[in-house]
Amino acid sequence: MSDLEAKYADKMNLLVFEPLKLERSWTLPAYRSIGGYDVWEKLLTEKPDRGSIIEQVKASGLRGRGGAGFPTGTKWSFMPRNSPVQKYLVCNSDESEPGTCHDRDILRFNPHALIEGLAIAGYATNTTVAYNYIRGEFLGEPAPRFEAALREAYEAGLLGKNIRGSGVDFDLYTFIGAGAYICGEETGLLESLEGKPGKPRFKPPFPANFGLYGAPTTVNNTLSFASVPTILRKGPAWFASLGPANSAGTMIFSFSGHVAKPRNLELPLGTPFADLLELNGGMLRGAKLKAVIPGGVSVPVVPGDIMMKTNMDYDSVKAAGSALGTGAAIIMDETTCMVRVLERISRFYKSESCGQCTPCREGTGWMNRLLQRMLAGEARREELGLLLDVANRIEGHTICAFGDASAWPVQSFLKHYRHEFEYMIDHGGRSLVTEQLGARAA
Amino acid sequence: MTDEVVNIEVDGVPVQAKKGEMIIRATDRAGLYVPRFCFHEKLSVAANCRMCLVEVEKAPKPQPACATPVAPGMKVFTKSPRAIGAQRAVMEFLLINHPLDCPICDQGGECELQDLAVGFGRDASRYNERKRVVQDENLGPLIATDMTRCIHCTRCIRFTEEVAGIQELGMIGRGEHMKVRTYIESVVNHELAGNVIDLCPVGALVSKPYRFSARAWEMTSAPLVSPHDAVGTNLYGHVLRGRLMRVVPRANEAINEAWIADRDRFSYEGVYSADRLEQPLVRRAGEWVESDWEGALMQVAQGLKARAADSGFLVSGSATLEELYLAARLARGLGTHNIDHRLRQRDFRDQSSDPLFPGLGMPIAATDDLTGLLVIGSNLRREVPILAHRVRKAARRGAQVALLNPAHFSYQFPVAAYLTSAPRTLAGDLAAVLAAAAEAAARPVPAHLLAATQAARVGEEHRAVVRALLSGEKRAVWLGALATRHPQFADLRALAAALAEIAGASWGVLAEGGNGAGAYLAGAVPHREAGGKAAAAAGLTARDMLQRPLRAYVLFGGVEPSVDALDPDSASVFARTELVVAITPFVSEEVKRIAHVLLPIGTFAETSGSYVNCEGLWQSHGGATAPLGAARPGWKVLRVLGNLLGLPGFDYQSSEEVRDELRALCAGVSPQGYRGTHAVTPAGAASAAAAAGEVRVVDLPMYQIDALVRRAPSLQKTREGRAPATTY
Repeated sequence: MSDLEAKYADKMNLLVFEPLKLERSWTLPAYRSIGGYDVWEKLLTEKPDRGSIIEQVKASGLRGRGGAGFPTGTKWSFMPRNSPVQKYLVCNSDESEPGTCHDRDILRFNPHALIEGLAIAGYATNTTVAYNYIRGEFLGEPAPRFEAALREAYEAGLLGKNIRGSGVDFDLYTFIGAGAYICGEETGLLESLEGKPGKPRFKPPFPANFGLYGAPTTVNNTLSFASVPTILRKGPAWFASLGPANSAGTMIFSFSGHVAKPRNLELPLGTPFADLLELNGGMLRGAKLKAVIPGGVSVPVVPGDIMMKTNMDYDSVKAAGSALGTGAAIIMDETTCMVRVLERISRFYKSESCGQCTPCREGTGWMNRLLQRMLAGEARREELGLLLDVANRIEGHTICAFGDASAWPVQSFLKHYRHEFEYMIDHGGRSLVTEQLGARAA
Repeated sequence: MTDEVVNIEVDGVPVQAKKGEMIIRATDRAGLYVPRFCFHEKLSVAANCRMCLVEVEKAPKPQPACATPVAPGMKVFTKSPRAIGAQRAVMEFLLINHPLDCPICDQGGECELQDLAVGFGRDASRYNERKRVVQDENLGPLIATDMTRCIHCTRCIRFTEEVAGIQELGMIGRGEHMKVRTYIESVVNHELAGNVIDLCPVGALVSKPYRFSARAWEMTSAPLVSPHDAVGTNLYGHVLRGRLMRVVPRANEAINEAWIADRDRFSYEGVYSADRLEQPLVRRAGEWVESDWEGALMQVAQGLKARAADSGFLVSGSATLEELYLAARLARGLGTHNIDHRLRQRDFRDQSSDPLFPGLGMPIAATDDLTGLLVIGSNLRREVPILAHRVRKAARRGAQVALLNPAHFSYQFPVAAYLTSAPRTLAGDLAAVLAAAAEAAARPVPAHLLAATQAARVGEEHRAVVRALLSGEKRAVWLGALATRHPQFADLRALAAALAEIAGASWGVLAEGGNGAGAYLAGAVPHREAGGKAAAAAGLTARDMLQRPLRAYVLFGGVEPSVDALDPDSASVFARTELVVAITPFVSEEVKRIAHVLLPIGTFAETSGSYVNCEGLWQSHGGATAPLGAARPGWKVLRVLGNLLGLPGFDYQSSEEVRDELRALCAGVSPQGYRGTHAVTPAGAASAAAAAGEVRVVDLPMYQIDALVRRAPSLQKTREGRAPATTY
């Protein structure tokens, strides 16, 4: 164990990854051995005021881990919990943000935390039916693990109607998506859950008022729900104390790209990027860090030297010119041609646009084609300005945040690495990086 | 939505909005235009085109005016640099993959995209990539597609789902591969489907019959009223150099809203059918020869004069009010009451109890708010598509609709109770419904119907119909064309009227033709003169005239007895008569076989005239074009005949004079519902059935109902157009 690993030993896996130290951590006995379902059982017997649960979640400072970072307790408080209509909870396990892979590990290794978190949220918002929307690609391992855990929970009498005679109902169902990135957008997800094409709805109305089947609905990310049981078990103050102001608690950081040992690490928010990089084994082959996309490809890219001085929490990453997003950092070393990266990212957005609203449907393809021509050496200098203009014209003009997410990479790549694009255009499609590094980059 | 007023400010101008409404509705009302493509006031909000982005104070991003609710004190900027910037951005995106070949696009000149591109587009495209090409769809004989032009506004999809109630159009694929298309390569079969042509803001969906035949700016527009059904749908006829090129909707919230039926839209093709009669024809020694008007009219006048009271007039219920009135005056001038437009009616036993005119008994628009409705003997979507749409609206708002029909017709809305009853048992089932209603409402059955209700066996199915009808406060009972064609119409009507009375419902009869109500007011019935005045002695009904030969007949307004009277045997009657005069826009084999003189007149679009719809509304139009060839407006032909017969008061200078004369006769006459006491007894029913032979009712396909639609080739190519008549 290195010094750094020793330093972080007692900060690691405090929340959702807590059972990872156990054999078969995904089973009910393993989860119960760390106090799992204690909170839920206490709720069932004591039946405290629902609002008090929400207050505790608010006090913990938990923010939505799906990318936008909206305070979870506040979101729950939007639910008209005294309304007699059927309300729904929906867990967003459609984890599709490139680079992000922590929800799948929650489903694989600690599904019961998610189940308990959903049950608690159900109680807090007076909701009796929940769905876990799992992306289709998780059919292999994460979905069956979750399903198995769900069976265990039902068999143990932890879910269902009139649970343990408490008068509390809570039913949880698994739904497998069909693999579209846009179904991770909460209203696109609701449409998909209703059996329609995953096309986001315009807001307002927000899901808390008009959600699944038009009923009040709360949608949260897997990690957000799975964090709740431990927060209530150990107390909101404990959770809040784990991170800096505005960034309470822990995050599962997924590092990928040019790192030696890419992995998921659960650590307190505010952990310096440099430390996280080292905990991931440092740069692959000891290469020099060039750039980082700190929160999934939908956030702006940040030059490596800035990232090395940045802590991984909401405010710090924002100050660095980007966003914490999903906490999934894509690490790029000096051999990376930023034009190629941006073309790949823009191809993703072109393929994944749902197509319903004009700027995104037409603009994502336009940006990608411009970039393809840059790579092919068929672009002109003024088309760089056009590319930026197209991005600016998509941003803020679409139904959902997908349009912004497709524009931000373009804007940030051009802001920090414009010279690479100019070089390529001027040199018939040859990459500045390749030419500078010669054989090393090949 | 409440009537509460919210004060907002748009571009510095104070605007009053209704609480909860979207910005765009407030700006539209205030006359402040916000550009849009996907928004349509009759459809749900999609907010997908993004053209209506406006700046809202304190909002971080431009907001779609179509999907942003007003809030007190809200400041909206529709022309600020930010708003215009967003609108220009969207316009550029819309145009990059749009073929910019307006000169060869059928929508050119009336294209919303073209119009807005002038204001918000650039003079040159910055898009240097290959443009998208999309495969066309075959939506059937009425709608042509050019899907490469589609801007994905989804108006057509929302229309078919929300208004038509069918799910045949949808979005397939995603991103720039998203296409508007039919899911399974089916054609769109719906009686209102043509409205997607108007809804499509670009040239993706256009009229197949009209395509490439004219430009919007070179045509003149004339208001018209549809002659095909009792609704009185408002239309515009577009005319190029004297030729009617197409028909489009004329919005009228009280009647057809923004929609017209395909029948109203495409029947104009019949105006130019090969069957058009363009010259008077007379039969000489078995041969048809062309004649001048003078000779033909003299022959007719002399022929009629010689047979005077032994003549009969069979007139079309789709003729104009003026034509019907003059035809009625002509008949009475000859000394006969033998005139009838009720060509498909079979049972006239109770005609003395007829109301002033057959109608809905309520405003058309009030249909939307009905809470309980029973429709008896009507294939509603075929008979009155616009009204069927309104019933669908009501049903979707929770109205309980019950249907009592000889067969199970499809409706795109939830039907609360569907009672299928063969023509033979229809009256018995209605009597059972009446009995069940009397029981439920604890009201007595009128004495003249007691025998019928006592004989009826009331079952759960009848009670279900009553439960539906008694829902809510706003109730109605309607009789449709299948009831009026029924051999026991008098029984059905008496029972239905009593049912409405007991249920506290309004009561109505949906007459066939665009002027079924007008014909009554005009006196084109044997038992009533103009203004509803009872005839001293009733003349022969259409049925009588077609069963027992008179010496002379006048067929007016394109009457072809085999279809218009549903009487294949009428040929033998005409074979035994001395003179048949057909005053008609069309000549067919049948008419040539039975007639002796053919006088050409204009179709509904070629004459000024009026129609009275099922709510009693008088609507006049001035016609769109002059009649083809030597044909003349029908009212003028009748006027000259009146002059030649030496009848007094036939010196009209205009159709308006004719109308105003009739209007004066109708002044002060108030429409009353059915007040009859026609006794319905099992024995009476049996004898009516026996008189009719087999108890049968013919359901005519909707593109067979009058001479004009029968000659509209595109309508005939549709599935409905190819369908044969059904006898129940």
